[in-house]
Amino acid sequence: MSDLIRLTAADLSAKLAAGEVSSVEATQAHLDRIAAVDTEVHAFLHVSDHALEVAADIDRRRAAGEQLGELAGVPLAIKDVLVTTDMPSTSGSKILEGFLSPYDATVVARSRAAGLVPLGKTNMDEFAMGSSTEHSAYGPTHNPWDLDRIPGGSGGGSAAAVAAFEAPIALGSDTGGSIRQPAHVTGTVGVKPTYGGVSRFGAIALASSLDQVGPVSRTVLDSALLHDVIAGHDPHDATSLTDAWPSFAAAAREGATGEVLKGLKVGVIRELPDSGFQAGVSASFRESLALLEAQGAEIVEISAPHFEYGVAAYYLILPAEASSNLAKFDSVRFGLRVDVPGGTVEDVMARSRDIGFGDEVKRRIILGTYALSAGYYDAYYGSAQKVRTLIQRDFDTAFAQVDVIATPSAPTTAFRLGEKLDDPLQMYLNDVTTIPVNLAGVPGISIPSGRRHPVHRATARGCPPLPRRCGARGTARGFVGWSAA
Amino acid sequence: MRHLGVLARIQLDDHEVERLTGQLSAIVDNIAKVSEVATPDVPATSHPVPLQNVYRPDVVGEMLTVEQVLQNAPDATEDRFKVTAILGEEQ
Amino acid sequence: MAKVALMDFDEALERFEPVLGFEVHVELNTETKMFSAAANPAHPSNHDAAPNTLVAPVDMGLPGSLPVVNETAVRYSISLGLALGCDIAPSSRFARKNYFYPDLGKNYQISQYDEPIAFEGQVEVELEDGTTFEIPIERAHMEEDAGKLTHMGGATGRIQGAEYSLVDYNRAGVPLVEIVTKPIYGAEANAPKLAAAYVRAIRDIVIGLGISEARMERGNLRCDANVSIRPRAAAGEPVAPLGTRTETKNVNSMRSVERAVRYEIQRQAAILAAGGTITQETRHWHEDTGTTSPGRPKSDADDYRYFPEPDLLPVAPSTELIESLRAALPEPPAARRRRLKDAWGFADIDFQGVVNAGLLSEVEATVAAGASPASARKWWMSEISRLANAEGVEASSLIEPASVAALQQLVDAGSLTDKLARQVLEGVIAGEGTPQEVVDARGLAVVSDDGALIAAIDEALAAQPDVLEKIRDGKVQAAGAVIGAVMKAMRGQADAARVRELVLERAAG
Repeated sequence: MSDLIRLTAADLSAKLAAGEVSSVEATQAHLDRIAAVDTEVHAFLHVSDHALEVAADIDRRRAAGEQLGELAGVPLAIKDVLVTTDMPSTSGSKILEGFLSPYDATVVARSRAAGLVPLGKTNMDEFAMGSSTEHSAYGPTHNPWDLDRIPGGSGGGSAAAVAAFEAPIALGSDTGGSIRQPAHVTGTVGVKPTYGGVSRFGAIALASSLDQVGPVSRTVLDSALLHDVIAGHDPHDATSLTDAWPSFAAAAREGATGEVLKGLKVGVIRELPDSGFQAGVSASFRESLALLEAQGAEIVEISAPHFEYGVAAYYLILPAEASSNLAKFDSVRFGLRVDVPGGTVEDVMARSRDIGFGDEVKRRIILGTYALSAGYYDAYYGSAQKVRTLIQRDFDTAFAQVDVIATPSAPTTAFRLGEKLDDPLQMYLNDVTTIPVNLAGVPGISIPSGRRHPVHRATARGCPPLPRRCGARGTARGFVGWSAA
Repeated sequence: MRHLGVLARIQLDDHEVERLTGQLSAIVDNIAKVSEVATPDVPATSHPVPLQNVYRPDVVGEMLTVEQVLQNAPDATEDRFKVTAILGEEQ
Repeated sequence: MAKVALMDFDEALERFEPVLGFEVHVELNTETKMFSAAANPAHPSNHDAAPNTLVAPVDMGLPGSLPVVNETAVRYSISLGLALGCDIAPSSRFARKNYFYPDLGKNYQISQYDEPIAFEGQVEVELEDGTTFEIPIERAHMEEDAGKLTHMGGATGRIQGAEYSLVDYNRAGVPLVEIVTKPIYGAEANAPKLAAAYVRAIRDIVIGLGISEARMERGNLRCDANVSIRPRAAAGEPVAPLGTRTETKNVNSMRSVERAVRYEIQRQAAILAAGGTITQETRHWHEDTGTTSPGRPKSDADDYRYFPEPDLLPVAPSTELIESLRAALPEPPAARRRRLKDAWGFADIDFQGVVNAGLLSEVEATVAAGASPASARKWWMSEISRLANAEGVEASSLIEPASVAALQQLVDAGSLTDKLARQVLEGVIAGEGTPQEVVDARGLAVVSDDGALIAAIDEALAAQPDVLEKIRDGKVQAAGAVIGAVMKAMRGQADAARVRELVLERAAG
């Protein structure tokens, strides 16, 4: 039974299809695992009380000869930023404690339709603001590899759940690295799809022009399979791309042969200073590059002169959009209401928000309010949007020269709970490799590299050429390439 | 700072006001950085997708039932949300 | 409460020059809302929906919800912009206007800020006396309406003194077009009337386009009136700078608009004359007292922190679309009025009367259905209007123009006298059927059978034997008594003229 939880989603789905195991068995195995380890890991905020019923239903339909999707019957963990009709959605915040959405996020609806079995909602930094999951209002999640260490954030719960074998795959969201960075520190795979590639309908908004929903898994193929289920145009999301996506799973399988690496041009960014990276991380990254070269890829140095400005721009854009997106939590229609005796509704709103939001959230809301204030818009938010243009141009130039860009996903491995990165250079480097991707809307993936103890693994990040335009093919090739590594 | 708190509808206590005022300076650094390259000749990008004219047809779709609308309401009566006395005027 | 000082209107106009500005919000009557597929309460079939039954996730700001633009609302907005003589922006974006209020589902309103879809236009407005004004339009932009608040527990049902409020989000997300004028100079003493006429002109335009029900009493059309005054310059002196303006809201009818503008001019004049200053503020119009009272102090320091709406993409209508909408525009109201006036040949005062009564369309349709312009006007302006006023409803809601034309045809054919026709009219209005059906059911047709008339005449003569003598003696008017008796006996269903003929024949023969 414990073997079931170690299976990848792809392998599990093969066994389900072959009738070797039932979805109920697989789901039960994962529920048992959650019961066994989650008191310590705390990846889950809520565990479904009807997962077995859903699994049984899939088994019934399969037995009846119904044609089911590849992932049917496979258990799935869902980041609590995605709304679900049958489980509470808190976005890691007290202000939404107990909130039950009357509609499912599109990615959740598609997952259900594909026969996936939701196991529960996973922990996260409050409203996805953070990179350690220490800012969750419900207590931190612990890195399964070393319980004293952070699992990354904001999607630490999903990454930890997958790393701890509590779920084979999970859904997460990424605004500035919230899928990829946790993947890095937990030794899992995390993908931020092309902006517009996956519907944001039902993903509680942080920064609307940066947010994307994506898969978290232990292998690239699993992420590709999940991406195939959730991606594609959604009429409920005006920013979702209308182009049809080719099967990423097919591309991943093809790529696993390694053939596609021959002649693949891999870009390495000149401007990233080596000094800020933990020695082990740098070494591991260089090993990965060497591996690629050995398989026929060509390493090309490229220039991305505006990436450094991207971090500054991000910290203007994100709080600004977030301050507006979080205004809806005002105690009127849902969420925490703190009564103020004799107070006006304005008093009640202000008090409820002060109590319901954590410090980090309040900080960013205030900063964002400031960045949008009259007289400051042009200098702050407006200017930051210009930097986006410059960064997109950097990517355009780069992708004319290379097919993918590789960087370490973060400068360090997982640090301890309670520690913070003190070194400003490291804090900056933590962001500079992930943020530009969100600003430009291109896809990014974080993949484990190295063979040592996962905590010390560095991960390389690939940035498939996807431009908002030539999309699909490019991304597939990227996935493909990295599958082999 | 208090004004920002009012704009953001968050009742900040003195402690918070003090702490946040200090942190606003962090933003100033970002601004300085950004303004180095955000020159007038560079156009702003508000949307990372090259789409425009995205519409839906004028056809009634699914709506929430009144029960669903009110299902998370902190206080409701007569099928409507209830709030205490409002100070400000409608816009 | 201290009585507010008002300067006499004429005196105010002598000493000060009023400057006006209007913001009119038009609720579009699309099937669905601006940014969601929920049914639109401003569509006639939904207007009395139960609270919170027309709500989609984004209308109430549910976490994770997203807006998607209504294509028809965009077309309607472009058409309206074109009808206002505006240029249409080749590309415009939506923007978030951020503020907290319980009637906002998201605590921001999706609107357009520095990129309105239409800008720089003008509207020709005609006053009752025939003078015309060209009102400069600054912009028209798309936005969404807010929900409805009901204030409870207070004495007046208004927000002041209320204990609590109830919120209904049906209206949240209804498509709005906001039309903003530039400052309007030169109205002078006509300022109040011009205000009402402007609102009527906008109403005519949107009804003509078919994009709004435009019922002010239902909030489909809302007008905020901006008024400022400045001292008149003596000859040779430079013009004074623009005065401080106030914005008056809650004007729910055209008459209120006129009264409110008049009141504000008088109020502001009294203040300035006494050496005071005008506070820039939003004021509320009170229909019952005919006064305005201060609301929040209006300041441009209201920080809405506008930024482009990241969840929506730019609206970039093609030239083809714009031109096809332009080609489909109906005749502008002013041109239509001129055309009809020429066609009908009414005296100015008679035509203006029809226009002022808002019955132009009804008369036009009645003429189209076969009645003469004069008879159509007569029916609508006298009898139907009288009945409408008595019941407190719109004349146009009582009867279809086609029925009026059918009724007139019966009169023209001699089947009905005017008096009988009025009875038939009441029957049709009461829902008894078509004019012919009412005639048949009630037996109101004029009796055209001479035999029956002669029989009635004989009876009347029997009761008044000396009438024939008098007629032969030359006192023709004596016939009147017999005619009256016959008409009474026939319950009015006789052609009085024919009866008279027959009586005189009798006298002669």
